[in-house]
This record gives sequence, structure tokens and C-alpha cells, in this order.
Amino acid sequence: MNHDDHDHDHHHEHEHEHSELGPMDLRVRALETVLTEKGYIDPAALDVLIDTYQTRIGPRNGARVVAKAWADAGFSDWLLRDASAAIASLGYTGRQGEHMVAVFNTPAQHNLVVCTLCSCYPWPVLGLPPTWYKSAPYRSRAVKDPRGVLADFGVSLPADTSIRVWDSTAEVRYLVIPQRPAGSDSLDEAGLADLVTRDSMIGTGLAMPAGSLPAVARAGASA
Amino acid sequence: MSYQTHADLGGQTGHGAVRPEPEGELWHARWEPRVLALTLAVGATGAWNIDQSRAARETLPDYGQLDYYRIWLAGLQRLLADRGLVSADELAAGHALHPSLPLPRRLAAEQVAAALAKGSPTERPAATPAGFAVGDAVSTRSQIPDHHSRLPAYARGKPGRIERVHGAHVFADTHAQGLGEQPQWLYGVVFEGRTLWGADAEPGLQVSIDIWQSCLEAGTAEASV
Repeated sequence: MNHDDHDHDHHHEHEHEHSELGPMDLRVRALETVLTEKGYIDPAALDVLIDTYQTRIGPRNGARVVAKAWADAGFSDWLLRDASAAIASLGYTGRQGEHMVAVFNTPAQHNLVVCTLCSCYPWPVLGLPPTWYKSAPYRSRAVKDPRGVLADFGVSLPADTSIRVWDSTAEVRYLVIPQRPAGSDSLDEAGLADLVTRDSMIGTGLAMPAGSLPAVARAGASA
Repeated sequence: MSYQTHADLGGQTGHGAVRPEPEGELWHARWEPRVLALTLAVGATGAWNIDQSRAARETLPDYGQLDYYRIWLAGLQRLLADRGLVSADELAAGHALHPSLPLPRRLAAEQVAAALAKGSPTERPAATPAGFAVGDAVSTRSQIPDHHSRLPAYARGKPGRIERVHGAHVFADTHAQGLGEQPQWLYGVVFEGRTLWGADAEPGLQVSIDIWQSCLEAGTAEASV
């Protein structure tokens, strides 16, 4: 598969596949050519890497972890005691998730994850970090003004909920387990996973209400 | 001070509002996934370690003006140039002009899945007993080191409490300087918001930071007020 095949599937309105190559495209292509000619990289590995993070490693992995934690008290306990092992049991391991800690939201405490120093993020369960996670506004404010940050996401917490921020300063990676939505008792794990957004696992969002459409449709289909 | 990081942003003001984006939005230009893949593929050669790559990025003079994949690209080019692996004339020509240097590994396409699944764990056998236990009062060192470090400026010289003992981990400071792994005990340390930000801190705010042992000293809990 060549580069452009990826872009046909995944490019955004910012760029068009038929547009001229810009300066950054040319600069990156030159580097890729030199690295390939010098034998430092296998160009086919680049396509596999990109495809992996576009199609296989993303926040749906983490959603399955959360759904299982909600549905299975034994798994939830395991996640609390040894998140690396519990998450690995679902097949999610490796790069930027070697040492995992799960932090559970409760009515008393909401958890929020940031990396003020760079962009540390639990890749095996959440995939690549969103742009805002890597950007100065979030990195600067999350540790000092988390309620203000949450307001930027349209999230407002009760005044008596305290906030714990986790600054990922070493190689430990944090996964937020959001509170299970009320009214989700009848859902199976797949239906529960549909309620789990990426942002809810970073702490900048909450899980979706149980009445939202995809979950209802799925629950109905599996009943 | 000769080492200047531009990436230590915690607590700074004036950067504006956070702009959320949809869950499926991974790229904003078609060169961005190529930069991601190039960074991972060259990183997998073993030409440098992750702490060296972080140090190369965070000391880019124009760090604050670049978006993230431009930072990654500039960091990658800098690491390659510093080691004589790719030179400026080659980038200008768009072709190899000089002999390549030997590298420990080359990541083949069929090895990608296994390499990603394995990752690079940083926990190591501990050579000494842990110096602190859960519940201990500690204080972070206030001195700003003249090299890559992972203790944010906002948490220097502050009292906190040990909340987790993560085991012994590769020490980022020495690893980034090419001085080896020198594993140390790593702790999850919790700080009260008012300790970090003063009386105006959000009520109830706590911040947890992972800190290596040599960046901590014994403290008293009362000092946090």
C-alpha cells in the first residue's frame, strides 16, 4: 500500500488528495527517501505502523477495558490492584502502556490525566493522543485550573466532587475509569463499551447517558 | 544553565482555551502520519532512547512556535544529524549522499506488531530497598538540574506525600544524557492544590506526580499547609 492509499481513506477537509505537495510533504518525503536509501528503515514498516494506529490501536480498546470493569467486579478489582496485568489479559500491551494504573471516578473524586512535560498517553488502550492533549492550553492549565479545562469540554462537575489530576511524568500511564451511567444495568459489555468515550477515559468527559441511541440499538439487537 | 527546556508548561498562563476535537480525528495534514511512523521506525533502530528523543524535542529553540508533529520532525532530524546518520546536504538533495552508519536494529514490516506489543518496559530489579513507603511525607528538591529532568518546575521545592511505590525504573535524567539506565525507585507523590498554587487553588484539588527517589527528600506533612 502506498502513502496515498491511506490518505484516500483518512484525509480531512484540510487537505485534498489531488492538491500539490506542500513544503512539509516534500520535507518529510525527502527524509523518508534518505532513511530508506541508507537502509535505516523498511518503508513497508511505515505503512504498517500508520495502519496500526488508524485501525487497530485506539480508544475502543480502552472502552472494552472500562466496560469489563463495570460489568465484572472481579476484573474491576484486578484493574485496581494490577492494571498492567488486567489490561494485558484483554490483549492490550506494549508501547506507551508498559506500566498501567487505572484510576476510578467516584461521586467524591473525578480524575483527570495530563502530561505537562510532553504528551505521555496510554497508547495501547487509547491510541494516539488528540491534538489538544499535546497542546499548550491543556498541558499548562490541567494541573492548575482543571474545572476551567472541563468547562472547555462542556463538562461541569458537582461542587462537592474533588478533582485529582495525574501528571504523567515517568513511564507509568493512567487510564480513567469513568462512573458507570445510571440506567445501564441491562446492557452487556458491548453495549456498555458504546457509552465510553475517549475523553471520558482521559477525564475531560463523562461516559454517555445510557439512553443514547447506539447503546439502545445494540442492546435491542442482542436481546 | 546550559540546558533549557521549553516544554515544561504546567501552571503557565496565557495559552488560551482548550479546543476539543472528535474522537476519530487523528491527523491534520497528510505528512503527519508519515512523521509519526518515521519517528517510531527510526526510534526502533536503537540509535537513541526515548529520553534522549524527549530531550532533543524539548530543547528545540522554536518549540513554542511548532505544532506537535513539527516538533517531532525537527527532533528526529536533530537526533539524526547529531549522530551523523543523516546530514543537511542529504535532506536538501532528497537522497543519500554519504555511507550509512551501522545501527543496532532495523524494524521490518513483519516485526511491527510484535515490537509494539512488547514495548519498552522501564521497571528494573531494585538494587536497594525503597527509601520511602506509602504515606511518608516527602519534599521535592528545589534545585533545577542542568540537564533533562522529569520533575516539573511547578512541583519543585514542594511538600507532598508518597501514595504509590511503582518499583525501580530507568532514571530519565541519566538515560537522557547517555549515562545509562541507573534505575531508581519511582513513587507516585500526591500534592495538595494549595501547596502548589497557593490559597486561590481550586478547593479539593490534588495533583499526583511520578517522581524518582533522588528528586525527593524526607519531609513533614505539616509543611504542606
